Amino acid sequence: MDSQTVLIIGGGVAGMEAARQLRLLGCEPVIVEKSDHLGGHVAGWHKLFPDMLSASSLIERMSESLDGITVYLKTQVASMNRLKDGFSVMLTNGTGLLCRAVLIASGFRLFEASRKEEYGYGVYDRVITNSDLEYWFNTGEDDRIPDNLSNIAFVHCVGSRDLKAGNPQCSKVCCMTAVKQAIEMKERFPDAEIWCFYMDLRLFGKKYEDFYINAQRDYGVHFVRGRVSEVSEDIDGRVILKAEDTLAGRQVKLKADLLVLMAGMLCNEDTAGLASMVRAEVDSDGFLRSRDNIFRINESSRPGIFFAGACTGTKTVPETVAEARAAALDIRNYLNGND
Amino acid sequence: MIDFGFGLSRSSAVRLDEVDLTLYRKLEKLEPGVRTCMSCGSCTATCTAGPWSGMSVRKVILDLQRERASAEGHGEVRKMLSACMLCGKCSMVCPRGINTRHLILSLCRIYEEKK
Repeated sequence: MDSQTVLIIGGGVAGMEAARQLRLLGCEPVIVEKSDHLGGHVAGWHKLFPDMLSASSLIERMSESLDGITVYLKTQVASMNRLKDGFSVMLTNGTGLLCRAVLIASGFRLFEASRKEEYGYGVYDRVITNSDLEYWFNTGEDDRIPDNLSNIAFVHCVGSRDLKAGNPQCSKVCCMTAVKQAIEMKERFPDAEIWCFYMDLRLFGKKYEDFYINAQRDYGVHFVRGRVSEVSEDIDGRVILKAEDTLAGRQVKLKADLLVLMAGMLCNEDTAGLASMVRAEVDSDGFLRSRDNIFRINESSRPGIFFAGACTGTKTVPETVAEARAAALDIRNYLNGND
Repeated sequence: MIDFGFGLSRSSAVRLDEVDLTLYRKLEKLEPGVRTCMSCGSCTATCTAGPWSGMSVRKVILDLQRERASAEGHGEVRKMLSACMLCGKCSMVCPRGINTRHLILSLCRIYEEKK
């Protein structure tokens, strides 16, 4: 097979950037995306930390760079078979293609917040998720968010670091997202008190600590160390949170007008199915298993199968972009026979 | 009425949305650094008076943020403040650079005014 075709599964940030780079490197990338739009989760976000870059303008810019590249929307991989030196792939839209390499960039899914029943997502009117809030920033449409807010609560680690909820991993980006969203809410509701309930603040990235200090100093956001144990609805529709302030050693209650749950990141459901088609492995954390987690994150244990982005673990947008570029280079080298 | 020996005790839970932050807000104005405390405990650990008196700048700040302020002021906080010798070691170790010495003095001044 002397084809230079590379199948990219997933048209999010990882898939798009990898496609752009692969074309620059002389390959013929084909993107398969199951939804009806490119950009994945990021397409639904409002602003991206730490520069507060507009997510939609980023996706627009990235989409423009794909001009001329084959993109199949609302399409999934139906089957994938390994040939002697490549793969024979059948797509759900009936297209068949032969490719030398496959890049899995299938991303993540948000933890289903309703599974943490004690927080009442989908039951109480004033409970939303981080993703719902971004949608509201973008559209202004959400009946659960009232016009006047005097107390807004953020709960970190919803479906993260939670063995019982089936995800012991830290989702890594939610702490920073909560601080960002707390600031954005304070800007919209200057008179509101904002409360972040956290177990640990894991703010590891460039300028994240600055955001934290700003949130405290310039926006007066309150940080309460303690995991919210239960939420109930009051007669007036507001929600009452119960937690322990573990620094004060006292039980605290808060009546809030809005509760935002920081839902964590899990591996996409269909990713394991994709992996099994080409006998790539799923790791103990539920994400795909890289050849190693230090030097060969973009490579699977099978020749010709590569990974980029959140399919191997939770990632920020810049990390995902960097991985997409690295994966493109790995694939180019693989096609050239240089491993 | 017959006293059966049962009664309702007040909940010890702190209602965050009802906490009276008047004192804390006053302190914020005088020493804005108080907002940036992240409860690391460096101040408490280094406090010369701490082990003998229970003085803890971290606790003082948290008490102001959490306690229901009573008319007579925060007994616990006042007791802690009275043990401070203003040596300033806590200012030296604070990673957020909070002027804790000024914070303590400001708070004492607020209490003086209240008298």
